[in-house]
Amino acid sequence: MTSDLPVPATETTPTSGPVAALELRGLTKRFGEKLAVDDLSLSVPVGSLYGLVGPNGAGKTTTLSMATGLLRPDAGQSFIHGVDMWQSPLEAKQLVGNLSDGVKLFDRLTGEQLVTYNGLLFGMDRQTVAERVGDLLRLLDLESAAGTAVVDYSAGMTKKIALACALVHAPKLLVLDEPFESVDPVSAANIRDMLTEYVTGGGTVIVSSHVMDLVQRMCDRVAVVSAGRVLAAGTIDEVRGSASLEDRFVELVGGRHHSEGPEWLRHS
Amino acid sequence: MVTALLRLRFRVLGNTLRRSPWQLVAVIIGGLYGLGVLFLAVVGLVALGFAPIELASTVVVLAGSALILGWILVPLVATGIEQTLEPAKLVQFPLPMSKLLLGLTLAGVLGIPGIITSIAALATVGTWIRYPLAAVAALVCAVFGVLICVVGSRLVAALSVSLSSRRRFRELSGILIFIPLILLGPIIFFVAQGVRTSADALPALAAALSWSPLGAPWSVPADIARGDSGAAALKFVITLVTLALLAVLWRRSLAIALVTPASSARKRVARGKIGLFGVFPATPAGAVAARSLTYWLRDPRYARQLIVVPLIPILLLFYSYNFHSLTLLNLTGPLIAFLLSLSTYTDVSYDGTAFATHVADGVRGRDDRLGRAVALGIIALPLVLLATLITVAVTGSWGLLPPIAGMAIGAMLSGIGLCAVSSARIVIPVPAAGDNPFKSAPGAGFTTALSAFAIWGILLLLTLPEILLAGASILFGMPVLGWLALLVGIVLGAVFAVVGIRRGGALFDRTAPELLGRLKMLRGA
Repeated sequence: MTSDLPVPATETTPTSGPVAALELRGLTKRFGEKLAVDDLSLSVPVGSLYGLVGPNGAGKTTTLSMATGLLRPDAGQSFIHGVDMWQSPLEAKQLVGNLSDGVKLFDRLTGEQLVTYNGLLFGMDRQTVAERVGDLLRLLDLESAAGTAVVDYSAGMTKKIALACALVHAPKLLVLDEPFESVDPVSAANIRDMLTEYVTGGGTVIVSSHVMDLVQRMCDRVAVVSAGRVLAAGTIDEVRGSASLEDRFVELVGGRHHSEGPEWLRHS
Repeated sequence: MVTALLRLRFRVLGNTLRRSPWQLVAVIIGGLYGLGVLFLAVVGLVALGFAPIELASTVVVLAGSALILGWILVPLVATGIEQTLEPAKLVQFPLPMSKLLLGLTLAGVLGIPGIITSIAALATVGTWIRYPLAAVAALVCAVFGVLICVVGSRLVAALSVSLSSRRRFRELSGILIFIPLILLGPIIFFVAQGVRTSADALPALAAALSWSPLGAPWSVPADIARGDSGAAALKFVITLVTLALLAVLWRRSLAIALVTPASSARKRVARGKIGLFGVFPATPAGAVAARSLTYWLRDPRYARQLIVVPLIPILLLFYSYNFHSLTLLNLTGPLIAFLLSLSTYTDVSYDGTAFATHVADGVRGRDDRLGRAVALGIIALPLVLLATLITVAVTGSWGLLPPIAGMAIGAMLSGIGLCAVSSARIVIPVPAAGDNPFKSAPGAGFTTALSAFAIWGILLLLTLPEILLAGASILFGMPVLGWLALLVGIVLGAVFAVVGIRRGGALFDRTAPELLGRLKMLRGA
């Protein structure tokens, strides 16, 4: 991996004491009867590669949406490097690069146009945007598809172009919701390298996933979320103890069946 | 297995209705309308039993032919009108082709249009009730007639899927086919005029049609009632052969369609070509404008709005022709302005969840609004001005130019301002990108019509000063008032545009996440 990835300018925060890259306090969201996120608090230190794991429907996407200003919480706050997302959204959003799961892109644009669009929306100048778009397309191995409309991309390519959109303004915090879904192993490895390098350069990443193995290998910290609450949080070693992260996860979340499956599914 | 398919079809219909009460209301209204038409049709057909055979046969054959033609043409216009049992979705199940065909046919017959068609077709039994043998034949032929309708329509749908698997082609054809439909009024008028002058030709037309696949099933009972059993037998054979042929063709095209997934033609531009993004100023508002304008050019859901541009003058010409005066044609400019300026009144709905980009990137409300307004203005304003100038030149009424232009510009600018506010507030179900742009999204009919009428009413109010001034100037022949209308149109319109963008921007800043939430709910529907 080369080092021409846009890396956030390291700066010293004026406030005393360490300010978390992402600080969630008491986030709560209710959809009708269902309490999707229940008084959730979480602190993501600067420079960490933070994994957010949980079973399907645990409230990961809802939490990240509230953290990044896409979904207004019923209660609670989200601070990006000390900036309150819901008090000064424009300022806070400048600091965040966001890859959300389950939303579309402006897919009639070509990949290159789409990334350019995101850069310009952040108020960057044309020259810088053009340079970074070039870098990102090369890093993500999308150069040959730069001129193709995103609607014609495969699922994995679409994830990668969305990642490029999230990176183009060199955010200080990257919030990635299921970034590895349907991405091929080679691209996934490239993306992992990129994220590691980004963190080394002073950036912070929070990534949701349900691939435990990947989180254990890639992240230095992890939070296990289930039914809208944090069950455990800390460094990987703190959370997993002596077991593997996957075993610990299953133990925390529960719901594992130790049956052999129905008779008719056995063919031998 | 066939019953499972049928149950699935009704389950889906039921679940869709349960989701949204408004949709239920829409379906009930649609259903009542259908029932009304059906009631009239049944009464008419039974009443025909007391008419002379010649008349009854002519009416039944013509109506029946139109019915079959309608069934065959509809899938061309509305792709995906009945997606519940789309073959593509059933590919993964090991269904034998014959059962699949049977299931799809029955599902077609038992859909709402199918039921209405069946009842109307069976009503022909009432028409021939005085001739028992003919009535029995009518019963049998009604069944075959309905089957021809359904199978023919499915065949055309399957064919059009394989023909139009190229995205661009599909999108374009969706728009082009709609033009004659919108012009249906004038077309029917001219045809009706032709028919009025040649009403004597109708029986001959019916007689000719009765030997074609369209009319054959409906004319068998008539021939039996007339006592011409030879003709009846021949036409019955035509009916059977038609149905068999359609079924075979359908089977083949379905077999092809099942193994050919809808592919898309990839169009590619060279690396580094960022199109309009390189042309507009490199600011958030400029980027939004470039994106909107790109969509105007690439997304048929926007492009389809432009068909009013040729249609309005054609319609006005047609009415002018009726009034034997070209004056009406002068209204082209203002009318196009009125319709085009509101074409994006729910712009954010067209973004769908892609709107999340704007929310996540922290786009300021007024940048978002301004960008969209500029794109709309770039598309619409030149068209409106050109249309105004050309129509005034054609009618040679240059004296009317100031009031007409005043109304057109006023409506255009006010509309842009109004859209800036309304699209930050109104979210309606629209066809998803890539769907047929004329496909009405589920549940859209009623709410869409309601919000569209409200917006039109507001725009009319906003433009009232120009309209009154222009009207007075034309009525009383006072050119001064016309010039005043032009001035008011430009100034007041500009004020509304600016105020709209600011108010819409403020609204956007306050409620963008909620707007996104509503868009997500729609996508889930």
